[in-house]
Amino acid sequence: MKKAIITVVGKDTVGIIARICTYLAEHRINILDISQTIVDGYFNMMMVVDISALQEPFSTMSAELTRIGEQKIGVQIRCQKEEIFDSMHRI
Amino acid sequence: MINFREVSETNKMIDQENLDVRTITMGISLLDCADADLDRLCSKIHDKIVQSARELVKTGEEISADFGIPIVNKRISVTPISLVAGAACRSTGDYVRIAKTLDEAAHEVHVNFLGGFSALVSKGMTPAEELLIRSIPEALSQTELVCASVCLGSTRTGINMDAVRLMGKIFKQTAELTKDKDSLGCAKLVVFCNAPDDNPFMAGAFHGVTEADRIINVGVSGPGVVKTALESIHGESFEVLCETVKKTAFKVTRVGMLVAQEASKRLHVPFGIVDLSLAPTPAIGDSVADILCEMGLEQAGAPGTTAALALLNDQVKKGGVMASSYVGGLSGAFIPVSEDQGMIRAAECGALTIEKLEAMTCVCSVGLDMIAIPGDTKETTISGIIADEMAIGMVNAKTTAVRVIPVIGKGVGDTVEFGGLLGYAPIMPVNRYDCSEFVSRKGRIPAPIHSFKN
Repeated sequence: MKKAIITVVGKDTVGIIARICTYLAEHRINILDISQTIVDGYFNMMMVVDISALQEPFSTMSAELTRIGEQKIGVQIRCQKEEIFDSMHRI
Repeated sequence: MINFREVSETNKMIDQENLDVRTITMGISLLDCADADLDRLCSKIHDKIVQSARELVKTGEEISADFGIPIVNKRISVTPISLVAGAACRSTGDYVRIAKTLDEAAHEVHVNFLGGFSALVSKGMTPAEELLIRSIPEALSQTELVCASVCLGSTRTGINMDAVRLMGKIFKQTAELTKDKDSLGCAKLVVFCNAPDDNPFMAGAFHGVTEADRIINVGVSGPGVVKTALESIHGESFEVLCETVKKTAFKVTRVGMLVAQEASKRLHVPFGIVDLSLAPTPAIGDSVADILCEMGLEQAGAPGTTAALALLNDQVKKGGVMASSYVGGLSGAFIPVSEDQGMIRAAECGALTIEKLEAMTCVCSVGLDMIAIPGDTKETTISGIIADEMAIGMVNAKTTAVRVIPVIGKGVGDTVEFGGLLGYAPIMPVNRYDCSEFVSRKGRIPAPIHSFKN
Protein backbone atom coordinates (compact mmCIF):
# COMPACT_ATOMS: atom_id res chain seq x y z
CA MET A 1 0.00 0.00 0.00
CA LYS A 2 1.24 3.48 -0.86
CA LYS A 3 0.04 6.09 1.58
CA ALA A 4 -0.19 9.85 1.45
CA ILE A 5 -1.30 12.46 3.94
CA ILE A 6 -3.71 15.20 2.94
CA THR A 7 -3.92 18.23 5.20
CA VAL A 8 -6.51 20.97 4.92
CA VAL A 9 -6.32 24.27 6.75
CA GLY A 10 -8.61 27.27 6.35
CA LYS A 11 -11.82 29.02 7.28
CA ASP A 12 -14.65 26.59 7.96
CA THR A 13 -17.35 26.43 5.31
CA VAL A 14 -20.01 24.06 3.94
CA GLY A 15 -18.81 21.13 1.85
CA ILE A 16 -15.04 21.06 2.39
CA ILE A 17 -14.91 17.33 3.05
CA ALA A 18 -17.54 16.62 0.39
CA ARG A 19 -15.58 18.33 -2.37
CA ILE A 20 -12.31 16.70 -1.42
CA CYS A 21 -13.86 13.26 -1.07
CA THR A 22 -15.55 13.57 -4.45
CA TYR A 23 -12.22 14.30 -6.04
CA LEU A 24 -10.58 11.39 -4.22
CA ALA A 25 -13.33 8.96 -5.25
CA GLU A 26 -13.07 10.05 -8.91
CA HIS A 27 -9.34 9.31 -8.78
CA ARG A 28 -9.60 5.94 -7.03
CA ILE A 29 -7.97 7.19 -3.85
CA ASN A 30 -9.18 5.30 -0.80
CA ILE A 31 -9.53 7.10 2.54
CA LEU A 32 -8.00 5.18 5.45
CA ASP A 33 -8.41 7.67 8.27
CA ILE A 34 -9.79 11.15 8.84
CA SER A 35 -9.31 13.41 11.82
CA GLN A 36 -10.61 16.93 12.07
CA THR A 37 -10.86 19.83 14.50
CA ILE A 38 -12.22 23.36 14.37
CA VAL A 39 -10.35 25.96 16.37
CA ASP A 40 -11.68 29.57 16.41
CA GLY A 41 -13.63 28.99 13.21
CA TYR A 42 -10.59 27.52 11.49
CA PHE A 43 -10.91 24.12 9.94
CA ASN A 44 -8.03 21.65 10.38
CA MET A 45 -8.20 18.25 8.79
CA MET A 46 -5.80 15.41 8.20
CA MET A 47 -6.57 12.41 5.99
CA VAL A 48 -4.52 9.30 5.50
CA VAL A 49 -5.22 7.93 2.03
CA ASP A 50 -4.16 4.97 -0.07
CA ILE A 51 -2.83 6.06 -3.47
CA SER A 52 -1.91 2.60 -4.84
CA ALA A 53 -4.67 2.74 -7.47
CA LEU A 54 -3.98 6.33 -8.55
CA GLN A 55 -3.50 6.53 -12.33
CA GLU A 56 -1.99 10.00 -12.82
CA PRO A 57 1.38 11.13 -11.54
CA PHE A 58 1.34 12.02 -7.84
CA SER A 59 2.44 15.62 -8.49
CA THR A 60 -0.53 16.20 -10.86
CA MET A 61 -3.00 14.96 -8.26
CA SER A 62 -1.48 17.00 -5.46
CA ALA A 63 -1.38 20.16 -7.60
CA GLU A 64 -5.04 19.65 -8.58
CA LEU A 65 -6.08 19.27 -4.95
CA THR A 66 -4.20 22.44 -4.04
CA ARG A 67 -5.95 24.27 -6.90
CA ILE A 68 -9.40 23.01 -5.84
CA GLY A 69 -8.63 24.22 -2.32
CA GLU A 70 -7.56 27.67 -3.46
CA GLN A 71 -10.10 28.34 -6.19
CA LYS A 72 -13.23 26.44 -5.21
CA ILE A 73 -13.23 26.14 -1.44
CA GLY A 74 -10.88 28.85 -0.19
CA VAL A 75 -8.71 26.58 1.96
CA GLN A 76 -5.12 25.38 1.77
CA ILE A 77 -4.86 21.74 0.75
CA ARG A 78 -1.58 19.91 0.76
CA CYS A 79 -0.86 16.32 -0.19
CA GLN A 80 2.42 14.69 0.76
CA LYS A 81 3.70 11.13 0.59
CA GLU A 82 3.72 9.54 4.02
CA GLU A 83 7.47 8.84 4.14
CA ILE A 84 8.44 12.39 5.11
CA PHE A 85 6.45 12.08 8.35
CA ASP A 86 7.64 8.55 9.01
CA SER A 87 11.26 9.55 8.55
CA MET A 88 10.96 12.52 10.83
CA HIS A 89 8.91 11.04 13.65
CA ARG A 90 9.71 7.31 13.71
CA ILE A 91 13.03 5.67 14.49
CA MET B 1 0.03 5.44 12.22
CA ILE B 2 1.20 9.03 11.92
CA ASN B 3 -0.88 11.36 14.03
CA PHE B 4 -2.25 14.86 13.60
CA ARG B 5 0.30 16.50 15.89
CA GLU B 6 3.27 15.03 14.03
CA VAL B 7 1.93 16.07 10.66
CA SER B 8 1.29 19.61 11.89
CA GLU B 9 4.75 19.80 13.43
CA THR B 10 6.44 18.85 10.16
CA ASN B 11 4.34 21.21 8.09
CA LYS B 12 4.87 24.05 10.54
CA MET B 13 8.62 23.54 10.19
CA ILE B 14 8.27 23.81 6.42
CA ASP B 15 5.78 26.70 6.31
CA GLN B 16 6.91 28.91 9.15
CA GLU B 17 10.43 27.90 10.15
CA ASN B 18 12.12 27.69 6.74
CA LEU B 19 12.86 23.97 6.87
CA ASP B 20 14.26 22.98 3.52
CA VAL B 21 16.77 20.74 1.88
CA ARG B 22 19.45 23.16 0.82
CA THR B 23 20.90 21.13 -1.98
CA ILE B 24 21.03 17.88 -3.85
CA THR B 25 24.53 17.79 -5.24
CA MET B 26 25.55 15.23 -7.85
CA GLY B 27 29.25 14.44 -7.75
CA ILE B 28 30.60 13.49 -11.17
CA SER B 29 34.07 12.09 -11.76
CA LEU B 30 35.80 13.62 -14.77
CA LEU B 31 38.94 11.49 -14.44
CA ASP B 32 37.91 9.44 -17.47
CA CYS B 33 37.65 12.63 -19.56
CA ALA B 34 41.37 13.41 -19.30
CA ASP B 35 42.86 14.10 -22.72
CA ALA B 36 45.92 15.92 -24.03
CA ASP B 37 43.85 17.67 -26.69
CA LEU B 38 41.92 20.67 -25.34
CA ASP B 39 39.03 20.46 -27.82
CA ARG B 40 38.48 16.80 -27.13
CA LEU B 41 38.80 17.35 -23.38
CA CYS B 42 36.16 20.09 -23.40
CA SER B 43 33.71 18.04 -25.41
CA LYS B 44 34.20 14.99 -23.18
CA ILE B 45 33.68 17.08 -20.03
CA HIS B 46 30.57 18.69 -21.46
CA ASP B 47 29.08 15.36 -22.58
CA LYS B 48 29.75 13.57 -19.31
CA ILE B 49 28.19 16.32 -17.20
CA VAL B 50 25.14 16.70 -19.41
CA GLN B 51 24.56 12.96 -19.68
CA SER B 52 25.00 12.38 -15.95
CA ALA B 53 22.92 15.28 -14.68
CA ARG B 54 20.22 15.58 -17.35
CA GLU B 55 17.49 14.39 -14.97
CA LEU B 56 18.88 15.97 -11.78
CA VAL B 57 16.74 19.13 -11.63
CA LYS B 58 13.56 17.38 -12.78
CA THR B 59 14.03 14.62 -10.20
CA GLY B 60 14.71 17.18 -7.47
CA GLU B 61 11.47 18.97 -8.32
CA GLU B 62 9.51 15.70 -8.31
CA ILE B 63 10.83 14.74 -4.88
CA SER B 64 10.02 18.21 -3.64
CA ALA B 65 6.41 17.86 -4.86
CA ASP B 66 6.00 14.34 -3.47
CA PHE B 67 6.98 15.23 0.07
CA GLY B 68 6.01 18.88 0.12
CA ILE B 69 9.52 19.93 1.15
CA PRO B 70 11.38 22.69 -0.72
CA ILE B 71 14.67 21.61 -2.28
CA VAL B 72 16.34 24.94 -2.81
CA ASN B 73 19.32 24.11 -5.00
CA LYS B 74 20.40 21.38 -7.37
CA ARG B 75 24.12 21.41 -7.94
CA ILE B 76 26.98 19.51 -9.51
CA SER B 77 30.46 18.90 -8.19
CA VAL B 78 33.21 17.57 -10.43
CA THR B 79 36.74 16.20 -10.04
CA PRO B 80 39.21 19.02 -9.33
CA ILE B 81 39.88 20.34 -12.82
CA SER B 82 43.65 20.59 -12.28
CA LEU B 83 43.75 16.77 -12.14
CA VAL B 84 41.85 16.36 -15.38
CA ALA B 85 43.20 19.18 -17.50
CA GLY B 86 46.90 19.15 -16.65
CA ALA B 87 47.96 17.61 -19.97
CA ALA B 88 45.74 19.80 -22.16
CA CYS B 89 46.19 23.26 -20.67
CA ARG B 90 49.25 25.30 -21.60
CA SER B 91 48.00 28.70 -20.50
CA THR B 92 45.52 30.36 -18.16
CA GLY B 93 43.36 30.97 -21.23
CA ASP B 94 43.08 27.21 -21.75
CA TYR B 95 41.76 26.81 -18.22
CA VAL B 96 39.29 29.66 -18.73
CA ARG B 97 37.98 27.75 -21.73
CA ILE B 98 37.36 24.73 -19.52
CA ALA B 99 35.58 26.94 -16.97
CA LYS B 100 33.33 28.18 -19.79
CA THR B 101 32.66 24.59 -20.85
CA LEU B 102 31.63 23.78 -17.27
CA ASP B 103 29.42 26.87 -17.20
CA GLU B 104 27.70 25.90 -20.46
CA ALA B 105 27.08 22.36 -19.23
CA ALA B 106 25.69 23.67 -15.93
CA HIS B 107 23.33 26.00 -17.79
CA GLU B 108 22.25 23.20 -20.10
CA VAL B 109 21.10 20.99 -17.20
CA HIS B 110 19.67 24.02 -15.30
CA VAL B 111 21.58 23.49 -12.04
CA ASN B 112 22.17 26.41 -9.66
CA PHE B 113 25.94 25.98 -9.29
CA LEU B 114 28.79 23.77 -10.42
CA GLY B 115 31.82 23.33 -8.17
CA GLY B 116 35.18 21.76 -8.85
CA PHE B 117 37.23 24.39 -10.67
CA SER B 118 39.71 23.41 -8.03
CA ALA B 119 43.30 22.54 -7.16
CA LEU B 120 44.53 20.53 -4.19
CA VAL B 121 47.91 21.98 -3.32
CA SER B 122 48.22 21.38 0.42
CA LYS B 123 51.89 20.38 0.14
CA GLY B 124 53.07 21.64 -3.22
CA MET B 125 51.86 22.94 -6.57
CA THR B 126 52.40 21.24 -9.93
CA PRO B 127 52.72 23.64 -12.89
CA ALA B 128 49.19 22.61 -13.95
CA GLU B 129 47.80 23.46 -10.54
CA GLU B 130 49.54 26.81 -10.39
CA LEU B 131 48.23 27.64 -13.86
CA LEU B 132 44.69 26.77 -12.80
CA ILE B 133 44.97 28.98 -9.72
CA ARG B 134 46.26 31.87 -11.82
CA SER B 135 43.31 31.45 -14.19
CA ILE B 136 40.70 31.70 -11.39
CA PRO B 137 40.10 35.49 -11.57
CA GLU B 138 39.35 35.39 -15.28
CA ALA B 139 37.46 32.11 -15.05
CA LEU B 140 35.13 33.42 -12.34
CA SER B 141 34.58 36.77 -14.04
CA GLN B 142 33.67 35.13 -17.35
CA THR B 143 31.35 32.45 -16.00
CA GLU B 144 28.20 32.56 -13.94
CA LEU B 145 27.65 29.22 -12.23
CA VAL B 146 31.18 27.89 -11.80
CA CYS B 147 32.70 27.87 -8.31
CA ALA B 148 36.40 27.56 -7.56
CA SER B 149 38.18 26.19 -4.52
CA VAL B 150 41.78 25.61 -3.53
CA CYS B 151 42.98 23.36 -0.71
CA LEU B 152 46.02 25.04 0.82
CA GLY B 153 46.83 22.81 3.76
CA SER B 154 45.97 19.78 5.84
CA THR B 155 46.81 18.29 9.20
CA ARG B 156 48.94 15.62 7.48
CA THR B 157 50.84 17.89 5.10
CA GLY B 158 51.11 21.26 6.80
CA ILE B 159 50.34 24.53 5.03
CA ASN B 160 51.61 25.44 1.59
CA MET B 161 52.57 29.06 2.24
CA ASP B 162 53.61 29.66 -1.38
CA ALA B 163 50.03 28.92 -2.37
CA VAL B 164 48.67 30.98 0.54
CA ARG B 165 50.69 33.95 -0.72
CA LEU B 166 49.47 33.40 -4.27
CA MET B 167 45.84 33.19 -3.14
CA GLY B 168 46.05 36.61 -1.47
CA LYS B 169 46.81 37.98 -4.94
CA ILE B 170 44.10 35.84 -6.60
CA PHE B 171 41.39 37.09 -4.21
CA LYS B 172 42.35 40.67 -5.04
CA GLN B 173 42.46 40.05 -8.81
CA THR B 174 39.09 38.26 -8.73
CA ALA B 175 37.61 41.19 -6.82
CA GLU B 176 39.10 43.64 -9.31
CA LEU B 177 37.77 41.80 -12.38
CA THR B 178 34.25 41.66 -10.94
CA LYS B 179 34.26 45.12 -9.34
CA ASP B 180 31.26 46.25 -11.40
CA LYS B 181 29.23 43.62 -9.50
CA ASP B 182 30.57 44.49 -6.03
CA SER B 183 33.42 41.97 -6.44
CA LEU B 184 30.92 39.12 -6.58
CA GLY B 185 33.51 36.79 -8.11
CA CYS B 186 35.04 36.28 -4.65
CA ALA B 187 31.74 34.84 -3.39
CA LYS B 188 32.40 31.91 -5.75
CA LEU B 189 35.93 31.32 -4.48
CA VAL B 190 36.99 29.57 -1.29
CA VAL B 191 40.24 28.22 0.14
CA PHE B 192 40.36 25.24 2.48
CA CYS B 193 42.44 23.42 5.02
CA ASN B 194 41.51 19.71 5.27
CA ALA B 195 39.00 19.99 2.40
CA PRO B 196 36.41 17.18 2.45
CA ASP B 197 35.95 15.09 -0.73
CA ASP B 198 32.18 14.93 -0.48
CA ASN B 199 31.03 18.42 0.49
CA PRO B 200 27.73 19.30 -1.23
CA PHE B 201 27.88 23.01 -0.31
CA MET B 202 29.22 25.83 -2.46
CA ALA B 203 31.57 27.41 -3.20
CA GLY B 204 33.76 24.57 -1.94
CA ALA B 205 32.13 21.49 -3.46
CA PHE B 206 34.32 19.21 -5.55
CA HIS B 207 34.17 15.50 -6.31
CA GLY B 208 37.22 13.98 -4.61
CA VAL B 209 39.42 11.38 -6.28
CA THR B 210 38.45 8.84 -3.62
CA GLU B 211 34.82 8.97 -4.77
CA ALA B 212 32.85 6.71 -7.13
CA ASP B 213 32.07 7.67 -10.74
CA ARG B 214 28.89 9.43 -9.71
CA ILE B 215 27.37 10.06 -6.31
CA ILE B 216 24.46 11.91 -4.69
CA ASN B 217 25.19 14.07 -1.64
CA VAL B 218 22.55 16.07 0.17
CA GLY B 219 22.91 19.14 2.36
CA VAL B 220 20.17 19.91 4.84
CA SER B 221 19.34 23.23 6.40
CA GLY B 222 17.01 24.40 9.16
CA PRO B 223 18.40 27.00 11.60
CA GLY B 224 14.85 28.40 11.97
CA VAL B 225 13.58 25.03 13.18
CA VAL B 226 16.25 24.85 15.89
CA LYS B 227 15.57 28.42 16.94
CA THR B 228 11.82 27.83 17.25
CA ALA B 229 12.41 24.67 19.28
CA LEU B 230 14.63 26.63 21.67
CA GLU B 231 11.99 29.33 22.14
CA SER B 232 9.87 26.81 24.03
CA ILE B 233 12.59 26.00 26.58
CA HIS B 234 13.63 29.51 27.55
CA GLY B 235 15.74 29.58 30.75
CA GLU B 236 16.04 25.78 31.05
CA SER B 237 19.30 23.96 31.94
CA PHE B 238 22.07 23.06 29.49
CA GLU B 239 20.90 19.46 29.54
CA VAL B 240 17.45 20.44 28.29
CA LEU B 241 19.03 22.80 25.76
CA CYS B 242 21.25 20.02 24.36
CA GLU B 243 18.41 17.51 24.23
CA THR B 244 16.25 19.94 22.29
CA VAL B 245 18.92 20.77 19.71
CA LYS B 246 19.74 17.08 19.30
CA LYS B 247 16.16 16.00 18.73
CA THR B 248 15.57 18.81 16.26
CA ALA B 249 18.77 18.02 14.37
CA PHE B 250 17.65 14.40 14.18
CA LYS B 251 14.35 15.34 12.56
CA VAL B 252 15.92 17.72 10.08
CA THR B 253 18.57 15.21 9.09
CA ARG B 254 16.02 12.45 8.58
CA VAL B 255 14.33 14.59 5.96
CA GLY B 256 17.71 15.03 4.27
CA MET B 257 18.26 11.29 4.40
CA LEU B 258 14.86 10.59 2.85
CA VAL B 259 15.52 13.03 0.02
CA ALA B 260 18.99 11.58 -0.54
CA GLN B 261 17.70 8.03 -0.74
CA GLU B 262 14.88 8.98 -3.08
CA ALA B 263 17.22 10.98 -5.34
CA SER B 264 19.67 8.10 -5.39
CA LYS B 265 16.95 5.58 -6.30
CA ARG B 266 15.32 7.71 -8.97
CA LEU B 267 18.56 8.82 -10.63
CA HIS B 268 20.22 5.39 -10.34
CA VAL B 269 23.24 7.01 -8.74
CA PRO B 270 24.64 5.72 -5.43
CA PHE B 271 23.98 7.73 -2.28
CA GLY B 272 27.09 9.27 -0.74
CA ILE B 273 26.49 11.32 2.38
CA VAL B 274 24.13 13.68 4.14
CA ASP B 275 25.80 16.88 5.24
CA LEU B 276 24.26 17.88 8.57
CA SER B 277 25.00 21.54 8.34
CA LEU B 278 22.78 24.28 9.71
CA ALA B 279 22.98 26.55 6.70
CA PRO B 280 21.40 29.98 7.14
CA THR B 281 19.87 32.19 4.45
CA PRO B 282 19.24 35.93 4.51
CA ALA B 283 15.51 35.22 5.09
CA ILE B 284 14.18 36.43 8.44
CA GLY B 285 14.10 33.53 10.89
CA ASP B 286 16.63 31.40 9.02
CA SER B 287 19.65 32.46 11.02
CA VAL B 288 22.32 30.65 13.05
CA ALA B 289 23.08 33.90 14.93
CA ASP B 290 19.45 33.99 16.07
CA ILE B 291 19.91 30.55 17.64
CA LEU B 292 22.86 31.90 19.62
CA CYS B 293 20.74 34.85 20.73
CA GLU B 294 17.93 32.49 21.70
CA MET B 295 20.43 30.63 23.89
CA GLY B 296 20.90 33.86 25.84
CA LEU B 297 23.30 36.18 24.03
CA GLU B 298 22.36 39.77 23.29
CA GLN B 299 24.11 39.61 19.92
CA ALA B 300 26.28 37.06 18.11
CA GLY B 301 29.84 38.03 19.00
CA ALA B 302 29.12 38.78 22.66
CA PRO B 303 31.29 36.97 25.23
CA GLY B 304 29.99 33.39 25.42
CA THR B 305 29.43 33.18 21.65
CA THR B 306 32.19 30.64 21.06
CA ALA B 307 30.91 28.40 23.85
CA ALA B 308 27.32 28.63 22.62
CA LEU B 309 28.41 27.82 19.08
CA ALA B 310 30.55 24.88 20.26
CA LEU B 311 27.54 23.44 22.07
CA LEU B 312 25.27 23.98 19.07
CA ASN B 313 27.70 22.42 16.62
CA ASP B 314 28.26 19.35 18.77
CA GLN B 315 24.57 18.71 19.45
CA VAL B 316 23.72 19.09 15.77
CA LYS B 317 26.26 16.37 15.02
CA LYS B 318 25.07 14.11 17.83
CA GLY B 319 21.46 14.34 16.68
CA GLY B 320 22.43 14.04 13.03
CA VAL B 321 24.59 10.93 13.22
CA MET B 322 21.68 9.05 14.76
CA ALA B 323 19.55 9.99 11.76
CA SER B 324 21.91 8.88 9.02
CA SER B 325 24.67 6.28 8.97
CA TYR B 326 26.56 8.17 6.32
CA VAL B 327 27.26 11.72 7.30
CA GLY B 328 30.06 13.72 5.77
CA GLY B 329 30.93 16.95 4.05
CA LEU B 330 31.23 19.84 6.45
CA SER B 331 28.47 18.88 8.91
CA GLY B 332 28.04 21.57 11.53
CA ALA B 333 26.83 25.13 11.91
CA PHE B 334 27.76 27.57 9.16
CA ILE B 335 28.53 31.14 10.15
CA PRO B 336 28.56 33.14 6.92
CA VAL B 337 28.11 36.82 7.62
CA SER B 338 26.25 38.09 4.55
CA GLU B 339 23.92 35.09 4.36
CA ASP B 340 22.62 35.36 7.91
CA GLN B 341 20.34 38.17 9.08
CA GLY B 342 21.51 37.87 12.71
CA MET B 343 25.19 37.94 11.72
CA ILE B 344 24.61 41.00 9.54
CA ARG B 345 22.90 42.75 12.45
CA ALA B 346 25.76 41.82 14.80
CA ALA B 347 28.40 43.01 12.33
CA GLU B 348 26.53 46.28 11.75
CA CYS B 349 26.30 47.15 15.44
CA GLY B 350 29.94 46.22 16.06
CA ALA B 351 29.25 43.16 18.22
CA LEU B 352 30.93 40.87 15.72
CA THR B 353 34.49 41.35 14.48
CA ILE B 354 36.67 39.29 12.19
CA GLU B 355 38.78 38.28 15.21
CA LYS B 356 35.70 36.93 17.01
CA LEU B 357 34.60 35.14 13.86
CA GLU B 358 38.05 33.55 13.72
CA ALA B 359 37.61 32.25 17.27
CA MET B 360 34.19 30.91 16.34
CA THR B 361 35.65 28.96 13.42
CA CYS B 362 37.68 26.91 15.92
CA VAL B 363 34.51 25.21 17.12
CA CYS B 364 32.21 25.04 14.10
CA SER B 365 32.33 23.83 10.55
CA VAL B 366 33.83 25.85 7.74
CA GLY B 367 35.45 29.16 8.61
CA LEU B 368 35.57 32.84 7.73
CA ASP B 369 32.70 32.85 5.31
CA MET B 370 31.15 35.59 3.18
CA ILE B 371 32.92 38.43 4.94
CA ALA B 372 33.13 41.70 3.05
CA ILE B 373 36.35 43.60 3.74
CA PRO B 374 37.61 46.95 2.44
CA GLY B 375 38.69 46.89 -1.21
CA ASP B 376 42.06 48.41 -0.39
CA THR B 377 43.04 45.53 1.92
CA LYS B 378 46.56 44.45 0.93
CA GLU B 379 47.16 41.08 -0.77
CA THR B 380 49.57 40.14 1.97
CA THR B 381 46.99 40.94 4.66
CA ILE B 382 44.49 38.61 2.93
CA SER B 383 47.23 35.97 2.84
CA GLY B 384 47.77 36.54 6.56
CA ILE B 385 44.04 36.05 7.27
CA ILE B 386 44.11 32.87 5.18
CA ALA B 387 47.25 31.58 6.96
CA ASP B 388 45.63 32.07 10.39
CA GLU B 389 42.54 30.17 9.36
CA MET B 390 44.56 27.35 7.76
CA ALA B 391 46.59 27.05 10.98
CA ILE B 392 43.40 26.62 13.03
CA GLY B 393 42.29 23.82 10.70
CA MET B 394 45.70 22.15 10.60
CA VAL B 395 46.29 22.10 14.35
CA ASN B 396 42.74 21.10 15.28
CA ALA B 397 42.43 18.46 12.51
CA LYS B 398 39.25 20.05 11.20
CA THR B 399 38.08 21.65 8.01
CA THR B 400 38.46 25.41 7.89
CA ALA B 401 37.94 27.78 5.01
CA VAL B 402 38.18 31.39 3.96
CA ARG B 403 35.76 33.17 1.65
CA VAL B 404 36.43 36.88 2.04
CA ILE B 405 35.35 39.53 -0.45
CA PRO B 406 37.59 42.59 -0.76
CA VAL B 407 34.97 44.91 -2.25
CA ILE B 408 36.80 47.20 -4.65
CA GLY B 409 35.89 50.84 -4.19
CA LYS B 410 34.22 50.34 -0.82
CA GLY B 411 35.40 50.74 2.74
CA VAL B 412 34.26 50.41 6.34
CA GLY B 413 30.83 52.00 6.74
CA ASP B 414 29.65 50.89 3.28
CA THR B 415 27.30 48.00 2.60
CA VAL B 416 27.54 45.51 -0.22
CA GLU B 417 24.60 43.71 -1.81
CA PHE B 418 25.24 40.29 -3.39
CA GLY B 419 21.60 39.29 -3.89
CA GLY B 420 19.73 36.01 -3.55
CA LEU B 421 21.07 33.41 -1.15
CA LEU B 422 24.33 35.36 -0.88
CA GLY B 423 22.62 38.26 0.92
CA TYR B 424 24.23 41.58 1.86
CA ALA B 425 26.87 42.66 4.32
CA PRO B 426 28.49 45.66 5.95
CA ILE B 427 32.19 46.02 5.12
CA MET B 428 34.06 44.82 8.21
CA PRO B 429 37.28 46.45 9.41
CA VAL B 430 40.51 44.46 9.07
CA ASN B 431 43.44 44.73 11.47
CA ARG B 432 45.63 47.37 9.82
CA TYR B 433 49.02 46.12 11.00
CA ASP B 434 51.31 44.53 8.47
CA CYS B 435 52.27 40.84 8.01
CA SER B 436 53.93 41.03 4.59
CA GLU B 437 57.36 39.98 5.81
CA PHE B 438 55.91 36.83 7.38
CA VAL B 439 53.81 35.72 4.41
CA SER B 440 56.62 36.53 1.96
CA ARG B 441 58.74 33.72 3.35
CA LYS B 442 59.04 30.84 0.87
CA GLY B 443 58.04 27.22 1.44
CA ARG B 444 55.56 25.62 3.78
CA ILE B 445 54.61 25.38 7.43
CA PRO B 446 55.32 21.81 8.53
CA ALA B 447 52.60 19.47 9.77
CA PRO B 448 52.00 19.60 13.53
CA ILE B 449 53.53 16.97 15.81
CA HIS B 450 50.21 15.27 16.53
CA SER B 451 49.71 14.45 12.85
CA PHE B 452 52.30 11.66 13.09
CA LYS B 453 50.01 8.87 14.05
CA ASN B 454 51.62 6.01 12.11
